[in-house]
Amino acid sequence: MDIEDLVEIAEKERASRKKHVIRCCLAAGCMASDSKGVKEALDKAVQEAGLQDQVEVRGVGCMKLCCQGPLVQVDTHESGATVQVGDDNQGPLYLKVTPESAPSLIATLTGGQTSLQRGNPKAPFFTEQAPIVLANSGIVDPERIESYIAAEGYQALHDVLREMTPKEVVDTMIASGLRGRGGAGYPTGLKWATVAKTPSQQKYIICNGDEGDPGAFMDRSVLESDPHCVLEGMAIAAYAVGANQGFIYVRAEYPLAISRLQTAIKQAKKLGLLGSGIFESPFTFNIDLRIGAGAFVCGEETALMASVEGLRGSPRPRPPFPAESGLWSWPTLINNVETFANVAPIMRKGAEWFASIGTEKCKGTKVFALAGKITNTGLIEVPMGTPLRKIVEVLGGGAPDGGRIKAVQTGGPSGGCIAAEELDTPVDYDSLAKLGSIMGSGGMIVMDEATQMVDVARFFMEFCMDESCGKCVPCRTGTVQMHSLLKKILAREATARDLQKLEELCDMVRHTSLCGLGQTAPNPILSTLRFFRNEYTALLKDDVHNGRNKNHPAPEPAPAPAAGPATGS
Amino acid sequence: MAAKTLTIDGKHVSVDESATILDAAVDAGIYIPTLCHLDGVYDVGACRLCLVEVAGSSKLLPACTTKVSEGMEIQTDTERLRQYRRITLEQLFAERNHVCSVCVANGHCELQTLAYRQGMDHVRYDYRFPQWEVDSTHSLFGLDHNRCILCTRCVRVCWHIEGAGTLNVSGRGAQARIITDLNQPWGTSDTCTKCGKCVMACPTGALFYKGATVGEMERDRTKLEFIVTAREKKQWIAD
Repeated sequence: MDIEDLVEIAEKERASRKKHVIRCCLAAGCMASDSKGVKEALDKAVQEAGLQDQVEVRGVGCMKLCCQGPLVQVDTHESGATVQVGDDNQGPLYLKVTPESAPSLIATLTGGQTSLQRGNPKAPFFTEQAPIVLANSGIVDPERIESYIAAEGYQALHDVLREMTPKEVVDTMIASGLRGRGGAGYPTGLKWATVAKTPSQQKYIICNGDEGDPGAFMDRSVLESDPHCVLEGMAIAAYAVGANQGFIYVRAEYPLAISRLQTAIKQAKKLGLLGSGIFESPFTFNIDLRIGAGAFVCGEETALMASVEGLRGSPRPRPPFPAESGLWSWPTLINNVETFANVAPIMRKGAEWFASIGTEKCKGTKVFALAGKITNTGLIEVPMGTPLRKIVEVLGGGAPDGGRIKAVQTGGPSGGCIAAEELDTPVDYDSLAKLGSIMGSGGMIVMDEATQMVDVARFFMEFCMDESCGKCVPCRTGTVQMHSLLKKILAREATARDLQKLEELCDMVRHTSLCGLGQTAPNPILSTLRFFRNEYTALLKDDVHNGRNKNHPAPEPAPAPAAGPATGS
Repeated sequence: MAAKTLTIDGKHVSVDESATILDAAVDAGIYIPTLCHLDGVYDVGACRLCLVEVAGSSKLLPACTTKVSEGMEIQTDTERLRQYRRITLEQLFAERNHVCSVCVANGHCELQTLAYRQGMDHVRYDYRFPQWEVDSTHSLFGLDHNRCILCTRCVRVCWHIEGAGTLNVSGRGAQARIITDLNQPWGTSDTCTKCGKCVMACPTGALFYKGATVGEMERDRTKLEFIVTAREKKQWIAD
């Protein structure tokens, strides 16, 4: 394989394009509403209408507006017209398509009518997005490498291998300002540079696809919609740091992502885009899959590596960091799915281009999974620094049925709830941390007025309690005690003393736990206490020990401080 | 071998660069509470009792796994650390069923000793009273999960000193527990060599010699030390 072969595949793929391309979403969300049946019915309808020469029904990845699935969009191009990348997304978009309605949808191509509900591709939900990671999502066929190559795929890998030194690749990453998309936001270029500079005869690359936050599905969608983009990013990273073996760690709960990755790896190997002597260079790189057994803690990097090694997935103290001593004690670069998905676009379009998007300290875009009490549930990708209000109200369409938004939960169980009055906050790592939440991997759960915040905190604490690995004492026992105190408050059996105990525990668990799971487990409590303390105090009962009534407080200052401790540092 | 100089609680200490903060403190005669640490086996930093404050670090660091560095300024006994240690101990007592008065290790228990030493006179959290079983199928030893604090000392001596690999941890969170082989009764284990190192390593009354009654369970760690010294220093010496 060399560049001519790659260009030839791309041109052949573009030339074989038919007049109508009907894109049918085959990501897990739409599949759950039988989009597979829709695709089969569409194929059959095309056959019956005798339109095989003019129509291609293409199974694609996530088309983003998940709440209206199964989604089908029709692109029409005059035959012979040159098709440019990015020409798609123009035609009519059909919502909630059923297999029964497939023939009427095909009939519209020949002037017929359909009663199917039409979506607006020019709605802010679509036009306000700035896709980089999701650029191919919903457009290319994730199960055909040719489709990805036609969208300029693997060109960046060629250019990197043939025209750049590893150091130049690392420097480009540093210049781009990309920060880790797994949640902590560590500068990616810096991490690469550390691994690249650590002398070692063996190094590894790991892609962390153990997305476990409730309500988050960004990584799953990327893997299901554009697996080759992640493979290409990993190969570039491997070249930059000097590794020749990569692992993708995916949860067993993502069977579709696993099967698409397996297909993608097989296809890339067949074309010589993975394996030895890639693009006729001396560079060798292989990727294997490792399937997680469903433990949330395995998303923590040291626990993940233990799991890849076949050990019990429990974290270990850092330092040493994986960059120095990781998988089987060799230097290891570990990045999130979305981070790797950003790499090829950065290499293709340059660091300056990427650095021009976003804010001063946070470059590029971020994918969010919008869920909860919001009109447009689905996947969005917006520039860093986009105000939360814009995400929720303009893209998300606000709360359904005219409800009022009360809070937005970001960052999953490690994150926090941001009150509606703070909605003008720009979404980036630092602003969210200031509010006691975190960016996290990108889950965003919108809550309306009916939501009881103490119960939200209890839900997340129950999650952390169940998912604690049990290794360190504060997290194993602290989460149990915090959960039981929250239950006591919800049952209206707790006193101000219990609330104080809860706050004390939050502080202790946060500062003494071994890994990130424990250190951030109190965040849902701390952030709800910060914005909705009155909901906690309203549930307290009188403290019989000091004979005080919450409705008639003693003249002394209230037993608990008025404002919760600031979270994040 | 290069040496590093640091201060612990204001005291100047000079130790080898490979030493941990805990090594340095022990060397200087400064007490840091530990529970999961056991001389001779690698450290896991799980009990979080040995956390210390290091100037310039926003996080508390476990003394047992943190290597010393030049000029480190360490505080081992601040008010904040004392409070955290007390809560940690209270949590341990509330977690399972620790009833000293009927325990084989009463008077020889590291958890009990630590609680005394840290001034923990009562537990403010709700006792969980979980249901745990006792495995008494082994011919020589017993395993009482009610008294286990999951320090994993027994697992580590079993794998890394004896090399038998009988003991392990199963389950997660509050359901985590020590198992033998693939969660089979200890008495039926094919891998257990009946060496008793796990019993010697246990800080509480969770692992005990059969036949021991209240307060009788004393640990003899000299055998462990003998083997570790022999292995590490190639010296076959016993006290």
